[in-house]
Amino acid sequence: MSAPIKSSSGGGEAKVLSSAEIARDLVFTGIITALILTPIVAIRTQLDQGSLTWHPRFGLALSLAGIVVAARLLFHVLVWNPRAKAALEPDTEASRPVVAKGPSLADRLGPKVGPILLVLAILLPFFFIAIGHSSGLFPGWDRRGIDFAITVLLYIMLGWGLNVVVGLAGLLDLGYVAFYAVGAYTYALMATRYLPQWFGPGILPYAFFISVPIAAFLASMWGMVLGFPVLRLKGDYLAIVTLAFGEIIYQVLQNFSRFTEGPRGIGVPKATFFGIPFDKSDSGFASLFHLEYNRIQYFTFLYFVILILALVTFLVTRKLRRLPIGRAWEALREDEIACRSLGINTTTTKLTAFAIGAAFGGMAGSFFAVRQEFISPESFKYIESAFILAIVVLGGLGSQIGIVFSAMVIIGATEMFRELEFLKYVLPEGTEPVQFRMLAVGLAMVLMMRFRPRGFVTKREPTVYLKEKKSVSADLVSQGHG
Amino acid sequence: MEYFLQQLINGLTLGSIYGLIAIGYTMVYGIIGMINFAHGDVFMVGSVVAFIVVLMLGLTGGSGPFLIILALALVVLIAMVIAATYNWTIERLAYRPLRGSFRLAPLISAIGMSIVLQEFVRLAQEARPKPIQRLVSGGYELMHKQVGEQDFAVTLTNMQILIIVSTLVLMTIFTLIIQRTSLGRAQRACEQDTKMASLLGINVDRTISITFILGAVLAAFAGLLFFLYYTETDFFVGFAAGIKAFTAAVLGGIGSIPGAMMGGMLIGLIEVMWSAYFSVEYKDVAAFTILVLVLIFMPQGLLGKPEVEKV
Repeated sequence: MSAPIKSSSGGGEAKVLSSAEIARDLVFTGIITALILTPIVAIRTQLDQGSLTWHPRFGLALSLAGIVVAARLLFHVLVWNPRAKAALEPDTEASRPVVAKGPSLADRLGPKVGPILLVLAILLPFFFIAIGHSSGLFPGWDRRGIDFAITVLLYIMLGWGLNVVVGLAGLLDLGYVAFYAVGAYTYALMATRYLPQWFGPGILPYAFFISVPIAAFLASMWGMVLGFPVLRLKGDYLAIVTLAFGEIIYQVLQNFSRFTEGPRGIGVPKATFFGIPFDKSDSGFASLFHLEYNRIQYFTFLYFVILILALVTFLVTRKLRRLPIGRAWEALREDEIACRSLGINTTTTKLTAFAIGAAFGGMAGSFFAVRQEFISPESFKYIESAFILAIVVLGGLGSQIGIVFSAMVIIGATEMFRELEFLKYVLPEGTEPVQFRMLAVGLAMVLMMRFRPRGFVTKREPTVYLKEKKSVSADLVSQGHG
Repeated sequence: MEYFLQQLINGLTLGSIYGLIAIGYTMVYGIIGMINFAHGDVFMVGSVVAFIVVLMLGLTGGSGPFLIILALALVVLIAMVIAATYNWTIERLAYRPLRGSFRLAPLISAIGMSIVLQEFVRLAQEARPKPIQRLVSGGYELMHKQVGEQDFAVTLTNMQILIIVSTLVLMTIFTLIIQRTSLGRAQRACEQDTKMASLLGINVDRTISITFILGAVLAAFAGLLFFLYYTETDFFVGFAAGIKAFTAAVLGGIGSIPGAMMGGMLIGLIEVMWSAYFSVEYKDVAAFTILVLVLIFMPQGLLGKPEVEKV
């Protein structure tokens, strides 16, 4: 294994470049950009009624290349220039505190962020109902707002679940969506096939609540199935095996039609309020609670279900972090060899991380199924795993609050791509802004690793400390290269 | 027997393509110890560029054989240059600044880069698969046999000959570069011990860049062959081919270049045999299962050396 090498030339060299050197660099950048853009962007191929045609788009390619070169010039003048840098941020190295002195604003606000968010989360649906009422400020926004909030919470929960595996135990899992799929198919098959078969149709209203724990259990079993073979692997190998595992599950869902219905998918019944359906009938939720029937009640109910599931994920993880097992996870992330030398059983440590992370994924999957009312293998592709991983990465691996914000930002940005009209004028004809969502996510992952590898929330709170708790900026904590 | 022979030919053809991609994985892993997750997508870029150039040149199967070969040489040259530029840029922007960062950082960056490449090509070109006429047709009938009413013939198509022969030629050139030139010597030195190599005056950054360029050149060639063989390509071909090529690299012993080629052949054979004798639907599952099994039971692969972990 080769030792990591510090690069000798990278961005941000300290030496002053003359204008001739800058010019040469810009020409070089221009050539590289032109090579990258010429075939793929400048030639657009199209498939029209079976015949292939192509037409040039040199204008677009040229303007893109121009933007890249101009951006690089700006960077040369403003950012990489040591004089400009000195003016912008006075001695960064020296002013960075090793140990925070006294409570800063972030420290004082820190512990309050969680409770404030929780109160806001509980009030959110009522806020949306108030403004989205048919005579309210934004008619129609009740449904959309709550739907959006449910999506965000679902991804927060998935992020928290994956965070156990990636953020805490440091095991890069690229097949997380497999557990999500196990959960979703557990509920779908339970509700449509097995529960009525075993207990008669009377069980159906309660199917969701019965399925969630079963989904969690089955998913954690699958987590162990994945965990066993990969016990000896780490880092890159682990990532690719989990990826292969996710793909195997997807292919099986796609092809094992007798069991999973294959690509046709399965229609899934709605959830009920502990047996009381959300409908107009006399025994429905609205009439029992003397409310006017409104479809929004069902969405509000779903919102609270996912809120509770997410909170369970959060609280369990937080509790586990303070237990020996959680500390073993974090120790494993930092250095596996040291871990073994100290007598930590790495086998059980890894397996529990996989199993617990998977269990949360399974519960989230059940919820996904009940919310969509239809599932098919298409929802459980690799790209979904990558998307969840991006949320965890942008949240700062290991930070639970960070994941909340990154999920809000990423999914919020997706919605914005959908909404923003002006983007349609900037972009070439026929491209939807929302199409750029995954491109932006991928770029964000790369940039994040480049500039803020520890996430935006970089503070590491020690869970064990001697005498006094010192929080250390995560940039200063070295992580094992094992 | 005839059926088996036919599958053997098909498997070796597919295996050559996987082997060419696998070399890129294995070289990069050998030198900087990371999986270039975007390598499968560099292969995809090579195949899409090849497609675009073929379309622009207006090549059809009806053109004369001499013209086709000349044109394909041009196509492969362009595809290689472009793919090499991509891989060089990726290394420069996404991996080099992360050396010395924590161990998941380059991998996550690579995953991001892979998404970026796929989405970039999907947006710039259409998402639908691009079909094209078969350019190289014809072939030789090796033997045939009467099975009931049907006549089953074992054929070796010209396309398959082209793939296998050109892979062999390319591999020979490549082996010569690695073993005989100063460039190859630097590459092997960095693979053994980067720090020592840099102490001895080898420009490590440059060697790593060249490794990425060489890997991309082979991947672009594989991209062209893949596209000619299946007569279509799209933005997503790099994903499955990438994982299978990686499996090939691991199976052959990661870090070992002959191992990668051998692993590629094996994976190609297994995939084709599985489709022929068991089920076509589960061919990817079979390939991925082999990856898992190999990593569990012999992580050092067939030709690799076991890795000793030191503190």
